[in-house]
Amino acid sequence: MTALLQVSGVGKRFRGLVAVDRVSFTVAAGEIFAVIGPNGAGKTTLFNMIAGVLKPNQGSIAFRGERIDGLTPDAVCRRGVARTFQIVRPFPALTVEDNVVIGALLHRTDMEAARRHARDVLATLDLHDKRDIVASSLTLPDRKRLELARALATDPKLLLLDEVMAGLRPTETDRMVDILRRINREMGTTILLIEHVMRAVMALAGHMLVLHHGAPIAQGKPEEVVRDAKVISSYLGAEAAP
Amino acid sequence: MISLWRDMNRRGQVVLVVAVLAMLLAPVVATRYLLSVLTLILYFVYVGQAWNLMMGYAGQLSLGHALYVGLGGYVAAGLWVHFGIGPWLGVIPAVAIAAAFGAFIGWLAFRFGIEGVYFSLLTIAFAEFTRIGFDHIGPLGGAGGLFIPYQESRLGEWWNLRGGQLFFYYLAFVLAGAAVLLTAWLARSRLGHQWMAIREDETAARALGIDVFRAKMKAVLISSAMTAVGGVFYAFYYNNLFPAQVFEMSRSIELILGPIVGGLGTVFGPVIGAFVLTPLGELLIAVTDKAGLNAPGAKAIFFGLVLMIIIYLVPGGVWPWLSRRLGLVRRRS
Repeated sequence: MTALLQVSGVGKRFRGLVAVDRVSFTVAAGEIFAVIGPNGAGKTTLFNMIAGVLKPNQGSIAFRGERIDGLTPDAVCRRGVARTFQIVRPFPALTVEDNVVIGALLHRTDMEAARRHARDVLATLDLHDKRDIVASSLTLPDRKRLELARALATDPKLLLLDEVMAGLRPTETDRMVDILRRINREMGTTILLIEHVMRAVMALAGHMLVLHHGAPIAQGKPEEVVRDAKVISSYLGAEAAP
Repeated sequence: MISLWRDMNRRGQVVLVVAVLAMLLAPVVATRYLLSVLTLILYFVYVGQAWNLMMGYAGQLSLGHALYVGLGGYVAAGLWVHFGIGPWLGVIPAVAIAAAFGAFIGWLAFRFGIEGVYFSLLTIAFAEFTRIGFDHIGPLGGAGGLFIPYQESRLGEWWNLRGGQLFFYYLAFVLAGAAVLLTAWLARSRLGHQWMAIREDETAARALGIDVFRAKMKAVLISSAMTAVGGVFYAFYYNNLFPAQVFEMSRSIELILGPIVGGLGTVFGPVIGAFVLTPLGELLIAVTDKAGLNAPGAKAIFFGLVLMIIIYLVPGGVWPWLSRRLGLVRRRS
């Protein structure tokens, strides 16, 4: 497998406060990679650097061999990296379908083609029946899936998911896990997720990275990482120890 | 355009056809005064639609659109008065100059992150100092105004916009119709969707790969260019231009009331808005005159009250409410 995303020694400081400290990892094409860590570990800062919202102070980020650090968010998206927001940001006054059509229009100029593609994506995410509803009247689980649908409609090579499970009940989490697995397998989309819900991470991720105070403390396969002493003390809690 | 038709149900299509026919045939029965009111309505449909593209679809609140009306009017009128260049040709530099101003304001605002109310303030500022500037442009009449001379011999030269009321009525009709069709087309286009995304949530729009700067620039360019054409119409219809009148802030406000009352970001909102507000203004003049209420500002107070009532009763605009009420639009399936 080849590296789709290569993060090398990336760091970010805010007025002297080190939010992310020389983080390096590689996401291979076709895999699901998770970044976990307690609140304030620098997950979202790392995420925002990959998505083009923040410019790293040091290090580099390469996507398909091309540097993307310092690009604007729209340029990053045009290269094939789509993201979702932790606090969902649907286009409230537009219908579910129009929300997704806007994503589909990134690489399509023909409206009919965009609409067809949007409907396909909506069907994959079980939102097809709700396509004529305005986004503002959706429930939170539906909004989360809409957020995902919109990003997916841009035909990304890499999907960045910022806590898509947050605020979902266990059954909804399972449904989301199922959807993500389907997207990964059937569409071949590589997924990088930042997640708190360990259940979902364990079920999905092939590899994971644990951040603590901005620095990587463990990296590897989930079953190895959860047995790591540093991870247990800093994140999972001592009682999780076997 | 076809999709505009398709999105309407049978009843909506009938209403549209009847309305268009009625407008086409109105001159047969209408008095000269009524025709002038209808011309004014159509003018406001046109410029309101131009503004609606920018605010209603792209979400950029310009409070200085009188700038583009004035520039368009002055450029075309100046070329005609001084060089005998007819408005059909003069409209090209008129549009180019207005669009250049629009581009500059847009670039300044969107490049340097001047957003929301600050963008609106910027548009007001540009209109205001252009007004002051025009007070001092001698060849264009300065504060004393620019007049397009009335020449008996030229009457009927429609190619120089030297026609009578009937000519201007149909010209306004064509302009308004074209503006509605253009809006309908844009609203369903890729660009239109990018605009709506920006209007709804700029950060999310950017995350979906939309070049927000470019899309906003296109909105200002299209809107300012369209508005300038309205300015050329205005200049040759009224035959006079005063900086204090055309660039005045109240002119910018007058132009945006139609789309707001009719329904922002809808194709027919600006149309309905103009048909509600312009006759209302005329009616209020008549009523206050009859009642002997000649106190200055009496009309403005009544107008303001009626506006408040309309906005209170139908906050989303008259058109969305009306089309739902009368069942004119098909639910998309």
